[in-house]
Amino acid sequence: MTLSRRRFLRNSTAGGLALAAPSLIGSIARAQDGPIKLGSLHDLAGPLAATGEPMVYAIQLAVEELNAAGGLLGREIELINYDTQSNIQLYSQFAQQLAVRDKVDVIHGGITSASREAIRPIFSRFRTLYFYNTLYEGGVCDRNTFNTGTTPAQTVEKLVPRAMDLWGKKAYIIAADYNYGQITAKWMRKYVEDNGGEVLSTDFFPLDVTNFGPSISRIQAAEPDLLLSAMVGGNHTAFYRQWAAAGLKDEIPIASTTFGLVNEPATLEDSESKGVLGSYGYFEELATPASQAFVKAIKDRHGAQTPYISELAAASYEGVHLWAEGVKQAGTVERMPVIEALETGLSFEGPSGNVVVDPKTHHVTRNTFLAEVENRAWKVLDTFEQQAPLDTAAVCDLEANPNDTTHYIIDI
Amino acid sequence: MDLAIIVGLDVISGIASLVLISAGLAVIFGMMKIINLAHGEFLMLGAYATVLSVSAGVNIWIAMLIIAPVFVGLVGVIVERCLIQFLYGRLVDTMLATWGLSLVIVGGTTMIFGNTIVGVASPLGGFTVGAFQSSLYTPFLALMAVLLMTAVWAVMRFTRAGLIARAVMQNPEMAATLGVNPARVYMATFGAGAAMSGLAGGLLAPVAGVVPTMGAAFIAKAFITVVGGGTSVLWGLITASGLFGFINQIAAFLTTPVFGEVILFIAAVALIRMLPTGISGKFFKGRL
Repeated sequence: MTLSRRRFLRNSTAGGLALAAPSLIGSIARAQDGPIKLGSLHDLAGPLAATGEPMVYAIQLAVEELNAAGGLLGREIELINYDTQSNIQLYSQFAQQLAVRDKVDVIHGGITSASREAIRPIFSRFRTLYFYNTLYEGGVCDRNTFNTGTTPAQTVEKLVPRAMDLWGKKAYIIAADYNYGQITAKWMRKYVEDNGGEVLSTDFFPLDVTNFGPSISRIQAAEPDLLLSAMVGGNHTAFYRQWAAAGLKDEIPIASTTFGLVNEPATLEDSESKGVLGSYGYFEELATPASQAFVKAIKDRHGAQTPYISELAAASYEGVHLWAEGVKQAGTVERMPVIEALETGLSFEGPSGNVVVDPKTHHVTRNTFLAEVENRAWKVLDTFEQQAPLDTAAVCDLEANPNDTTHYIIDI
Repeated sequence: MDLAIIVGLDVISGIASLVLISAGLAVIFGMMKIINLAHGEFLMLGAYATVLSVSAGVNIWIAMLIIAPVFVGLVGVIVERCLIQFLYGRLVDTMLATWGLSLVIVGGTTMIFGNTIVGVASPLGGFTVGAFQSSLYTPFLALMAVLLMTAVWAVMRFTRAGLIARAVMQNPEMAATLGVNPARVYMATFGAGAAMSGLAGGLLAPVAGVVPTMGAAFIAKAFITVVGGGTSVLWGLITASGLFGFINQIAAFLTTPVFGEVILFIAAVALIRMLPTGISGKFFKGRL
């Protein structure tokens, strides 16, 4: 009796298991797949937070949209965001965590060139696909990395000739004293000279300089027609204040590659910022339906306190969608198939317009815009459609050298 | 000639801003021998008090000259009562505590106001010297620095509070046996030093980008000025500001801002090597 009952129990358990097997195997398989993981490394504290916040908002928005449309390959996308607190050490640490512990499928992140160069080799070593979505000085040539922000050939090349047409041929360059400022100043000099102008002097400022009195006197003594600025960050915003306070803003006009990155149009008075020229791959004020929908979606979620939505946020949003296009076309999230899919020249219609991957440089061909400040906001003056990353293309060819991982200092 | 006048004004403004940003630190260090690492954050709080008051509709002069120092002075008294008073005579501990305090203030300000740069426009216009232009705010800052130093001198020299303060500064034990309560003097001193920092922050708000982390840009210069000047509050501060302000501005004008900073710090290192107790330790011993 006991024996037979035991046998009965065993048989029925086995039968039950056998019956349940297909669904069990299926769910185990799905659990192994789990969600697709998208890592994000952005500064949400410290001096760079005002820049990092809208970038993360844009990535969250893109992920939400993809998930609402059923995810990718039938799987949900999970966003894993680490706050790097404007600290390069944390970048390296979290990059390792994302690649090794969280085993994410792709990473979007890094704001400054310094942070990018800290984490890029880590992702190459651990074979994790990496997107860098910031405008920068150009020159990164790495098959594992895609760069969706603008480079000087796309923006500075438009800004400098326009400023010289408006104001004259003699330029004075001021820039932040680190690699972005140094390299951008070289590009400014090149475009000034290409247009038959002359650079009177180039001054670099450490990021903690707060008193610009002597420099303002130097600039006046040189008597330039215009000022080209690549000043960066909170302390350098003071330059524009001191420049306007000395009554020079209407005497010597300013064109800048950085004005607006920490929301200067809204923080300075109209009298201090009116008429400053800038050029980027995106402006929040852009009046296309795609742009307005993008801005509204972010502001609806995060309220009136949302920092200015600049090119960096738009490029982050477009970066996530470009990667999604790559995954869709590859039919997998495996790194190499996605890279190869992106290299077929995939494109995405984003808030800034059409964005197309350039297979040779892993940069993008995209629209750029020229604008001036009016009433504490940007007024978009001109659209330059489909600008190719020509500067990086001059030094980088990933089709010919797929194993290249150099950050070229482009010789100008 | 025009250029010489403008550069001269730059030098004066450089000296004046050193006096202003260092005064609060000098008072607290000179009288209490406390190294206040939250000094930069006191400046920042003064700047925020000014910006917020102006955006709430307060007149900018009232905001800069009254609200900023009063608010930061109160913060200083609270900090002294809650933190500093338990750590007198323990130099390293006060440094750690005030450093922690500075992190708390930066974090708290960031949480409340975010990281966006705010500010107010400079209230005075520009003026012309020949072919050159400069801001009227520059001579105004110099005037404020002179007024502040005169006020410190007058209080120390002519009032009973100043006499007691000097007595405690020279010998707290002796002052205590004569019926003075050094703890209360210290509290008032810390509050006064904080108020001076608040005033400096308020005055800098129109010419700086105001963010929670702005204190970091000022603290190094404030420290070399105070250390270079030595423990004499008034003469040490004035001579060190004069020397460093002159070197910094002239070097920045003749070379570039990068070398201006480098030359300034080399000069500071050389000075401290030659005069370990600061300028006042050598030339103004026992003076205010």
